Amino acid sequence: MQRVAAIALNTFREAVRDRVLYNLIVFALLLMGTAILFGQISIGVESLIVVNLGLAAVTFFGLAIAIFIGIGLVYKEMDQRTLYVLLAKPVRRGEFILGKFCGLGLTLLVNTALMAVGFFLALWYVQRRISLPDPSLLAALYFIFLALLLATALALFFSCFSSPVLSAAFTFGLFIGGSLADDLRELGRMVELPWVKMAGDAVYYAVPNFRNFNVIAGVAQGHPVPAALLWQNTAYAALYIGLVLAASALIFQNRNLK
Amino acid sequence: MPAIEITDLTKDYPRGFWRKRLHRALDHLTLTVEAGEVFGLLGPNGAGKTTTLKLLMRLIYPTAGTAQLLGRPFTDVEVHRRLGYLPEAPYFYQYLTGREFLDYCAQLFGQAKAERRRRVGELLAQVGLVEAADVALRFFSRGMLQRVGLAQALINDPELIFLDEPMLGLDPVGRREVRDLILRLRAAGKTVCFSTHVLPDAESLCDRVAILNRGHLHGLGALDEILKIKVKASEVLVGQPTPALAEALRALADGVRAAGDKLTLTVADEKLYAVLDCIRAQGGRLLAVNPVRASLEDYFYEEFGTEKVPELTGGV
Repeated sequence: MQRVAAIALNTFREAVRDRVLYNLIVFALLLMGTAILFGQISIGVESLIVVNLGLAAVTFFGLAIAIFIGIGLVYKEMDQRTLYVLLAKPVRRGEFILGKFCGLGLTLLVNTALMAVGFFLALWYVQRRISLPDPSLLAALYFIFLALLLATALALFFSCFSSPVLSAAFTFGLFIGGSLADDLRELGRMVELPWVKMAGDAVYYAVPNFRNFNVIAGVAQGHPVPAALLWQNTAYAALYIGLVLAASALIFQNRNLK
Repeated sequence: MPAIEITDLTKDYPRGFWRKRLHRALDHLTLTVEAGEVFGLLGPNGAGKTTTLKLLMRLIYPTAGTAQLLGRPFTDVEVHRRLGYLPEAPYFYQYLTGREFLDYCAQLFGQAKAERRRRVGELLAQVGLVEAADVALRFFSRGMLQRVGLAQALINDPELIFLDEPMLGLDPVGRREVRDLILRLRAAGKTVCFSTHVLPDAESLCDRVAILNRGHLHGLGALDEILKIKVKASEVLVGQPTPALAEALRALADGVRAAGDKLTLTVADEKLYAVLDCIRAQGGRLLAVNPVRASLEDYFYEEFGTEKVPELTGGV
């Protein structure tokens, strides 16, 4: 476990020392500032606009960080041959994968927390009062974080065997596909061909269902997040991430370094 | 118990995009290195030296064959606690300082904080990087990176150390320091296995060498054993020869080089006394007589031909 922690902390340190990260955070905070402006020209629905735009910004920029850092996690180490020194030490390849994931997970946790602070400041500004954060907003942020972890695991998985550009395309494609999984299934059912229905169902079950994690529209309208959804999403994310990381470790275990 | 025992180690790489062909980088390599030896892996580019080291470090997987390191299978993660490894032209995390990088490496061996601090400080001093310890690695020169690489290879005080081209990128002083370091490691009872292109380094450091070419083992043993059949001439240095003496010596010697007011003669053993008599008879000044031992460079030229001779960089 100490080795995993060492690799995770080093990955976190790498991200923290990367200027790209700060650019993304600044953009996210700027977008939240823009949300205030939009809120001010939307009489009566200021909070709705800020919640929608703010949480969307947290999702979008978090996803950008998860993908752009995630796709390089393994590939960059192989390409730059920094892995040689690491894997010659008593480090199992699975430990390396887990350490990398945890490191980026920690980075995303800190980023999401920072962006959440910006989000609540913007919200308090338009509400003209400071209050305890609404639990449903916290739940929405938690779900975003789970979705980002899932995207990280996918980016890491693709990073084990493909180039950064392809990994980014695959991960983003799965995020979009997973966000539209319900629609794809419905589309399959609307067509009367049985194989189209089967294909729709297969896609629905195979791709990670990112829509489950998106409760932004509901919480913006003031709807509470059901307690059952909290553990359901947590269990789903844990299971999916576990499977993806296991597959990543298996692929990476058998790779010859160049 | 041997420190390294390699049996029939073979590595094939697929080549080509559509039609995959196999390229054999290492072909049934079998050798043993005893504990406490300084062992050299020598050979031209593409000989299989780096492939051998990468296989032993689990960075690539063998097509066939196996190896034992310190009596354990090389695939056993735990045996790597007792190993050190410097890759060829090492690359490290550019965002870390030398001290942070070494501390990170020490963490991977589960060392406690106080032990890490002591060991890192000790190694930074040993490789001459104390002043640059807190500078980011992206600002390091090639030679400084090589020194950091050596330090990380020793962070766990390993019993068996693998060094892939340890002299690469180092200036003459740096090379001397690495040579001294290897000798200190041997004196401390460690086993060192290194690959090199710098043949004089192998000659001065190695107890035994393995000579590889195109993945095959061409020679294995002490350098003297490999080269002894080639000791058959002497080099004679003569100072301020008269034109008559120079003329006479040119007739006797197999090779003559003039530099300043000195002549360097290469003389076959059977003609040596005749040359010495000639110098004495004509009142010449004899400066030195040295036996010419065939070098590894000669060996490579003779065995593999000029096209496959390794780069003879920096021989001192």
